[in-house]
Amino acid sequence: MTARVGVITFPGTLDDVDAARAVRRAGAEAVPLWHADADLHGVDAVVVPGGFSYGDYLRAGAIARFAPVMGPLIEAAGTGLPVLGICNGFQILCEAGLLPGAMTRNAGLRFICRDVWLRVSNADTAWTSGYETDQRILVPLKSGEGRFVAERRTLDELEGEGRVVFRYESAAPNGSSRDIAGVASANGRVVGLMPHPEHAIDPATGPSADGLGLFTSVLTQLVESS
Amino acid sequence: MARVVVNVMPKAEILDPQGQAVVGALPRLGFSGVREVRQGKHFELDIDDSVDDETLEQIAGTLLANPVIEDWSVTRLPENGTA
Repeated sequence: MTARVGVITFPGTLDDVDAARAVRRAGAEAVPLWHADADLHGVDAVVVPGGFSYGDYLRAGAIARFAPVMGPLIEAAGTGLPVLGICNGFQILCEAGLLPGAMTRNAGLRFICRDVWLRVSNADTAWTSGYETDQRILVPLKSGEGRFVAERRTLDELEGEGRVVFRYESAAPNGSSRDIAGVASANGRVVGLMPHPEHAIDPATGPSADGLGLFTSVLTQLVESS
Repeated sequence: MARVVVNVMPKAEILDPQGQAVVGALPRLGFSGVREVRQGKHFELDIDDSVDDETLEQIAGTLLANPVIEDWSVTRLPENGTA
């Protein structure tokens, strides 16, 4: 049976169309989820895509974190549902407490929109098992509040437990602590990153097809666990 | 009814690039002597008398501020107070 991967749309979400396309390209069925949904429609995994949910009012992700669909999502993530947060989706998962840390304004105060090289630091999560450790991938970064920060203790813990999933290969253009571009939950099922793998699934429309691996990784995980 | 002010500031250890941009702009405008600027948020809440201090702390800590990166203070203003 085809795996069903939900893609949440909040008011102000931009990248749900590309996220759904990436899910289909990987071989799964993309199931649209609406911010006001009371349940997850029985999906096997969820992508929280990028954009400017609720206009980034208050803080990026702060309002979306309390949308009705987030209740069942947080509950399901607690029992091992694979969840991927991209850009604003990453910010939402941090606000929701599913991932550690927070995102602040870029160090240079400028919105950054360019392709960046990342290094896969952990190829054992639900979303990166299809990569090799230390593999380089080229994906777009496009954010104004993409600077990952956390307390030193939390950063040490993340590094010690191998929960840094992606790092910017050269110095983080947004000033992220320890060049961290993406992190995982303790069980490796919830992953968030600021750059956009869903925009890099086909050289015809992006800088590479390197981002597709996140979406194929989770399908492999779902097949193996079913 | 009462008025409550919640001030939210980036934690001391968090880089505040917006504050730095402001402090960098002041000398260009001819203002000297400002050593540091930290930029935060100021909320004014008009609340019913039924809202207690504990609830206000919860409001500030769950929605108005992100405890990972921000500190906050909650202040009840005196009657007819202005912020």
